[in-house]
Amino acid sequence: METLEQIKNRAELAARGAKIDIVVNPGPSQQSSLLIDNEHAVAVAQFLRDHPALGFDFCSNVTGVDWLDRTVKKTTKVKQVVDGVEKEVDQTSEETIPGYLEAVYHLYSMKLKHGPLIIRMQTMNRTDGAKLPSVTPVWRSAELQEREIYDLYGIHFDGHPDLRRILMWDEFVDHPMRKDYVPPDDFEWEPTPHDDVLERAKKHYTARPQLDGAEQITAQPE
Amino acid sequence: MSVTVETLEAMERPPVTMSSRLDGELLEVSMGPQHPSTHGVFQMNVALEGEIVRKLKPVFGYLHRNHEQIGEQTSYLGSMPYTDRLDYFCSMSNNWAYALSVEKLTGIEVPERAEYLRVILAELTRLQNHASLLGFLLSDMGAWGTPLMYAFREREKILDLFESLSGSRMMCDYMRFGGCRVDASDDWLAAAKKIVDRFPKFLDEFEELILQNEIVIARTQNVGKLPAELAVSAGVTGPMLRACGVNYDIRKVDGYGIYPRFKFRIPLGDHGDTYDRLMMRALEMRESVELLRQALPQIPAGPIMNPKVKLRAFRPPIGEAYGRIEAPKGELGFYLISDGGPNPYRYRVRPPSFINLTILEDMCLGHTVADVMVILGSIDIVMGEVDR
Repeated sequence: METLEQIKNRAELAARGAKIDIVVNPGPSQQSSLLIDNEHAVAVAQFLRDHPALGFDFCSNVTGVDWLDRTVKKTTKVKQVVDGVEKEVDQTSEETIPGYLEAVYHLYSMKLKHGPLIIRMQTMNRTDGAKLPSVTPVWRSAELQEREIYDLYGIHFDGHPDLRRILMWDEFVDHPMRKDYVPPDDFEWEPTPHDDVLERAKKHYTARPQLDGAEQITAQPE
Repeated sequence: MSVTVETLEAMERPPVTMSSRLDGELLEVSMGPQHPSTHGVFQMNVALEGEIVRKLKPVFGYLHRNHEQIGEQTSYLGSMPYTDRLDYFCSMSNNWAYALSVEKLTGIEVPERAEYLRVILAELTRLQNHASLLGFLLSDMGAWGTPLMYAFREREKILDLFESLSGSRMMCDYMRFGGCRVDASDDWLAAAKKIVDRFPKFLDEFEELILQNEIVIARTQNVGKLPAELAVSAGVTGPMLRACGVNYDIRKVDGYGIYPRFKFRIPLGDHGDTYDRLMMRALEMRESVELLRQALPQIPAGPIMNPKVKLRAFRPPIGEAYGRIEAPKGELGFYLISDGGPNPYRYRVRPPSFINLTILEDMCLGHTVADVMVILGSIDIVMGEVDR
């Protein structure tokens, strides 16, 4: 397989205006990935599949990742004038990286028997901008897996043929694989008419005659 | 099965456009989830024209327990017994796939004896999975009981081996990062060799009695044809893919473990129909027997665990890894992201039988309801893995 650098250059030439970054994997697995901008994702995906030297016809694994808001502390040396003398002072600045959702695709080639090439896409944010283009028209195997990401992470895939919840039931509202998901105390709770019925029923009853002394036990002292 | 007559548009949520010759009354049948031939709690909403399937929508999630989230809340080792429950027929392969991914994530070497044990156990798993699949498939076709019991008789012997080695028949929890949990004695290896040597006899008998049966051939040939291009595009893996004639076996392609040391062939189908898928399992079992016959005498003495690995307080370095193996049902992969903590930040299972179901509708269209059961049976699904 060609190096990530070569694939990136080829793809940027083929899909005009595409912006691709290499995401370096610091671990020992040597699986670095390409970060593709959402606008040109489908064109890049098509290129990766159809190019004869690349031929990534098999999209094996599609999955989502949730990244919450993070604060990264940075220390920079700044020249400052303190008491008339110029000194180098460490200045710590906190940078907040807003959270986003990510879709990761593991591509292989069945024709040329190489891989994996890992591509990823990031959403704008975790709320209203959680949208990505669907690559299901390019690789059919993404169909159920993108549905699963939509269900569990809440990424909306534009261009997906049948985007519905898949593992959770249709009435479910939240996305359980998100890192800030809090499960409800009782999944089967539903508002029953029990309390209302009780209120209405009370109108039809006369107050129960209290036994002597009973009021003294229950009543609050005034 | 509950049957209602209604226009299809009303049944769908959200509406999906129908391209049917009868734009109106199709019979909507809910097949499953509680039915013996759905191999677990799996439901299919089928639109029928007479007895012909015009539309089929699988419904997932009855066995969903969010395995991946539980994996993110447990330690790396804590997920190992939980992987047994994914595809509960093949816990050994699941263990291996998970161990392989964590070993990639951390960069752990595995001792040679452990690699041999892994190959032996994975191939034994393949034998018992394929044998029982053939039994189930035949019982889906109406050969109730007898072929299944023939297959289960053989499976029992292999499960006995698993039990004597790992302490459990199905939930083996056998492999560890950097090796295996317990060593196999010489007696165990001798017993395994005996069972493997006798296995071809069962295969001969089974093939002669059943796979050449006229009814089986009539029910399976030209049923559920899958074109090779569609199979590749839809990410179909395992025996299902090879039945379409695509030569892709991860044991050969990745050469993980010590598979490159062994000689074995990859059976390929011609037509991609149900009969090819059925035969693929029978032929793969023969190749697995060949593999086991090479691996069992070769196994060297030595340690079974990498002594450098500290399973307690196991913390992989920051990074991510995707590891995959050729499980009996297809490509089983684990995708892990580590943030340096004791739990994985992301723990993802790539379940082969879930992704193999992508093309269920394409294969079933135009066939009868009875064929749907056969086609579904030939995909070889286990709901523990599909719904996770």
